[in-house]
Amino acid sequence: MGTMSLLFSITTLIYLITSILYLAAMVSQRQQASRVGRWVLLVGVVLHATCFAVRHSTAGGTPVTSLHESLSFFAWCLILLFLLLDLRFRLSVMGAFAVPLAFLLMVASGLSPDVVVQLNPVLKSWLFPVHITFAFLGNAAFALSFGAGVMYLIQNRMLKSKRFTGIYQLLPSLDVLDKVNYTCLSIGFPLMTLGIISGAFWANTAWGTYWRWDPKETWALITWFLYAALLHGRLTIGWRGRKAAIFSIIAFMFLLFTFLGVNLLLDGYHTFEAFAVL
Amino acid sequence: MNIVIVGLSHKTAPVEIREIVAFPATSMEAPLQQMLELPSVSEAVIVSTCNRVELYAISRQPDAAVIEMKQFMADFHDLKLETLQDHLYDFEGTAAIQHVLRVAASLDSMMVGEPQILGQIKTAYGYACEYKTVGLILNRFLHKAFSVAKRVRTETAIANNAVSVSFAAVELARKIFDSLENKTVMLIGAGEMCELAAKHFVNNGISKVLVTNRTFSRAEKLAEEFDGVAVSFDNFREQLHRVDIVLSSTGAPDYVLNAKKLKEVCKERRYKPMFLIDIAVPRDIDPAANKLDSIYLYDVDDLQGVVQANLKERQKEAAKAEIIIKEEVNQFQNWLSTLEVKPTIVALRQQLEQIRQAELDKTLSSLNKLNDKERKSIESMTCAIVNKILHHPTHILKQTNNGGDGNLYLDTVRTLFDLSDPLDREPNPDKVDK
Repeated sequence: MGTMSLLFSITTLIYLITSILYLAAMVSQRQQASRVGRWVLLVGVVLHATCFAVRHSTAGGTPVTSLHESLSFFAWCLILLFLLLDLRFRLSVMGAFAVPLAFLLMVASGLSPDVVVQLNPVLKSWLFPVHITFAFLGNAAFALSFGAGVMYLIQNRMLKSKRFTGIYQLLPSLDVLDKVNYTCLSIGFPLMTLGIISGAFWANTAWGTYWRWDPKETWALITWFLYAALLHGRLTIGWRGRKAAIFSIIAFMFLLFTFLGVNLLLDGYHTFEAFAVL
Repeated sequence: MNIVIVGLSHKTAPVEIREIVAFPATSMEAPLQQMLELPSVSEAVIVSTCNRVELYAISRQPDAAVIEMKQFMADFHDLKLETLQDHLYDFEGTAAIQHVLRVAASLDSMMVGEPQILGQIKTAYGYACEYKTVGLILNRFLHKAFSVAKRVRTETAIANNAVSVSFAAVELARKIFDSLENKTVMLIGAGEMCELAAKHFVNNGISKVLVTNRTFSRAEKLAEEFDGVAVSFDNFREQLHRVDIVLSSTGAPDYVLNAKKLKEVCKERRYKPMFLIDIAVPRDIDPAANKLDSIYLYDVDDLQGVVQANLKERQKEAAKAEIIIKEEVNQFQNWLSTLEVKPTIVALRQQLEQIRQAELDKTLSSLNKLNDKERKSIESMTCAIVNKILHHPTHILKQTNNGGDGNLYLDTVRTLFDLSDPLDREPNPDKVDK
């Protein structure tokens, strides 16, 4: 328990430091800070992974069963995908969005009770970690596409209105932002699909039925359809730019509700209480 | 030792004056050698660009050097000094250091932040190296100026924003398309402005150029220039869906492109963004087109607005740069003042040591009844006297290391004790060969 909470605290601290670095890079319009941030963040993501490894051996199973763990795992997915995206597109300005978000998730995670929940034996299956990993990575990809969408709208607005503020220099071109939006969508959508499918199989092993119209399932399906529509629009009708950006922002609102709202506000077997041995 | 500068620039002299005092780059040897022959000048660099002509020198008598250099500037161009006098400025010491650092960092340029000036000073320094007219101090100083210019460039955003209309257009295009490679530009009308902007685009990676004009032969001629394709004015609209960037500058009284047509083009392009630049007055493209999602339409005023905003931004960055310059001036001034301290102290010591030795020998040779012990004690007494005398002056000289009016004491000591100039025969340690 000691090493675990220590690792958790250090990771949170690192995310805070990198948040400051990325924000400073954005405000001062200098890239040095974000270059440092990238390396510090790399350390953070490794430590964070170690934290989960330790937790895994303590809990004797996949450690994503409480709100505390879920938020922290989501933060990790977010940082991991951001680093990969940064590698591909040199998108350090996205760090000013993704890293503070991850930090806030860590804080929220730290504030929620840190309990190691023993999973209900009915639910124990290799499909559980598969389901969780797909779903969370998918969510993180959509969160980044949301970030790119917001940036696109800001940049687009400045180019249209012909009034430029400081962050104009810092934001990437519309073309890059649109590509990022699309890349995240095309990563997130298959992940989400696999998440839903693996979840269905898991449900079948646990309860003998694939789909029970649990609120989480319903909302996930709605969100899935939204993203499917967006992907379809992009690929066939030529949706892009502003339209695609707005759409991905709206779809992310739905996703957020599916991810957190359902667990916290609605009943069903996706609530954290339902995971535990009753 | 002082850095001395005499010169004129776009701020003090009109182009008529600047063009007659310019030193042609093809024959720099004669002026550099002549400048070095001036009695008070010990190192020489001549910077000559279309916006400024400046002489940099090292001198022990800065006031005399200024007069000689001004006279040299007039004489060399067969002018009377009176014609130049009002346009010339001169700096020495800290002010001179500051001036050169500011010039190199492009803070004194007509277009603040323009990058050419640094290259021009480097060239000037290259000539001075080639004809061996620079020594220890100017060498070090100009290298300092180059590194400070680089520092200003990396630590401030002084050169980040485009300050000409055509370059502003290229930068906007980059913010829309990221890379201009594989993009197609269409010129509507073959005006001069259009041509200039198109050149910028081509230089920045645009691969395909289409040209259309009411007079087809002009379109053909311009297309040839850019290795492009001429399109007849009657059906250029049918080609628009292949075009990413449009540069329009016809003399037409009405819109050449209306929003309705552009809406169709957008659809045909599957809403890929399109950047339209309308340089014509009256305008060629219906301004309502800017409301279309994938169209970014800029007219001349919009581009001017961007340029104005960028210029303002540069002014802000220039203020940051001035702070950097101030820091560096102090640093260099400190180096300069320590430069002569040590050799002067050594020379002073040697001088007194020689006197002591000579007088000691003289005295001891007349006192031959002394035993060794007595000789020793007389010798150590003379040493003690010399050390006592030197103690305080050495202390004062060393303090001049930390800034202050160091040169004054150094010069005084050198005059009082008749010491030779420690830097006169200094070899050239970091000389750059061209």
